[in-house]
Amino acid sequence: MIRFDNVSKSYPKQNRPALREVSLEIGRGEFVFLVGSSGSGKSTFLRLILREERASHGQVHVLGKDLARLSNWKVPHMRRQLGTVFQDFRLLANKTVGENVAFALEVIGKSRGQIRKTVPEVLDLVGLGGKDDRMPGELSGGEQQRVAIARAFANRPMLLIADEPTGNLDPQTSVGIMKLLDRINRTGTTVVMATHDQQIVDQMRKRVVELEMGRLVRDQSRGVYGYQH
Amino acid sequence: MRAQFVLSEIGVGLRRNLTMTFAVIVSVALSLALAGGSLLAREQVSTMKGYWYDKVQVSIYLCNKNDASSDPNCAKGAVTAQQKKEIKTDLDKLDVVERVYHESADDAYKHYKEQFKDSPLADSLTPDQMQESYRVKLKDPTKYRVLQTAFSGRQGVQEVQDQRSLLENLFNLLNGMNIAALCVMALMLVVALLLIVNTVRVSAFSRRRETGIMRLVGASSFYIQMPFILEAAIAGLIGAGFACVLLIGGKYFLINNWLQEKIVLINFIGWDAVVKVLPLIIAVGVLMPAVAAFFTLRKYLKV
Repeated sequence: MIRFDNVSKSYPKQNRPALREVSLEIGRGEFVFLVGSSGSGKSTFLRLILREERASHGQVHVLGKDLARLSNWKVPHMRRQLGTVFQDFRLLANKTVGENVAFALEVIGKSRGQIRKTVPEVLDLVGLGGKDDRMPGELSGGEQQRVAIARAFANRPMLLIADEPTGNLDPQTSVGIMKLLDRINRTGTTVVMATHDQQIVDQMRKRVVELEMGRLVRDQSRGVYGYQH
Repeated sequence: MRAQFVLSEIGVGLRRNLTMTFAVIVSVALSLALAGGSLLAREQVSTMKGYWYDKVQVSIYLCNKNDASSDPNCAKGAVTAQQKKEIKTDLDKLDVVERVYHESADDAYKHYKEQFKDSPLADSLTPDQMQESYRVKLKDPTKYRVLQTAFSGRQGVQEVQDQRSLLENLFNLLNGMNIAALCVMALMLVVALLLIVNTVRVSAFSRRRETGIMRLVGASSFYIQMPFILEAAIAGLIGAGFACVLLIGGKYFLINNWLQEKIVLINFIGWDAVVKVLPLIIAVGVLMPAVAAFFTLRKYLKV
């Protein structure tokens, strides 16, 4: 599903590379936590998977494709097979919940009939059935994140990338979101989640990948957040 | 691509940047109206030049039988074949002459009809009223006086005319106006381009959230950029529409209703010349903003 071969990434105007010789493989259906302090390279790692950045050295394979060899115009097509969720939800405040999910389907050219069928379905799945007409501003943070997850999952991606999805939520709400992500994972979708949330990582007992100063320092199946943090 | 979705995006974008859109429309309209105006002015000049203007510098009009009574130079009646032959031989002997054309009365009539085909003057003359003439091309156009002294007052010659002295001043004026119009147009065009670039940039910035999400869910760059490009193209189209209205209005009020009544002798451009310019203006009005938007987006809308 995802394979990093000796991947390094340096940004111009920065002395220290953001990622250094990272190699790892994530298989189909896995649930992986990506941990590490701020500046450890988590975001760069995710940006490389999304092909928002290209690796400086090494190879990144996502969904069986070498991203270095993927031409620019094929990138959108690759991204349709990924879902993304962020800490700040990234919803459109002037569109309803239903429209927000529909928007993601519209811009990849889905037919109206398909959209009308899919939107209530995924909203049901994330536990927001019947709230299509609400505005994001009227919802709680947890509910907004559920909308974002519904949007990410609407196209039934093979891979879900989550960048601190619980970063803005209280512990109780976070548990709900994690249950949802776990459910999505059980449908066969690979989930890669960057997080600072020790409690969640310790509770879930999934594979944990830790980055430190751009290096991969730990890769543990059924791991915990870490000892020194 | 869902047309309705794109259209609603464009509507939102145009309304959000109403003042900028208005500025784009006005500057596109003015620059294109000036461009069209200067094209039409050039057309006007070539309409007025007639058949011989670019080929010769001096015309030697020969006496027609009708001139005998009206013109003292032709008191002895129409030019004879002998006189014509002498004039031709003398012309050929002169160093300054490069080439001599002979225009018969019939040729003259033909050229006249051609030049004034849109004008009521076209039907006012008959072939036998036309003058026979020698049209002379000089090696050095300024040596016109040599011919003047050699042929004016000669038997059978009605008049030696420096072709250019008649129209040169008017053409200089028109050319000057044309150059001025083109300079203003170039300036307006730069203003229009900068405004378009800025409008698109602001538009892209104010919708960066939407475009960011579009990027994430895998919308193609075509889909992301199309609303912006169409927005610019629509503003340009409206501007081009105004430019067309200005040109048509100019032709109608300035030429048809004013100049044509004041100056009967000049053959003004017809509607066909105006109609020919309009599609060009609309094409430029749509394409220029679209292309400008496209290149702006490459910089400000990372895909």
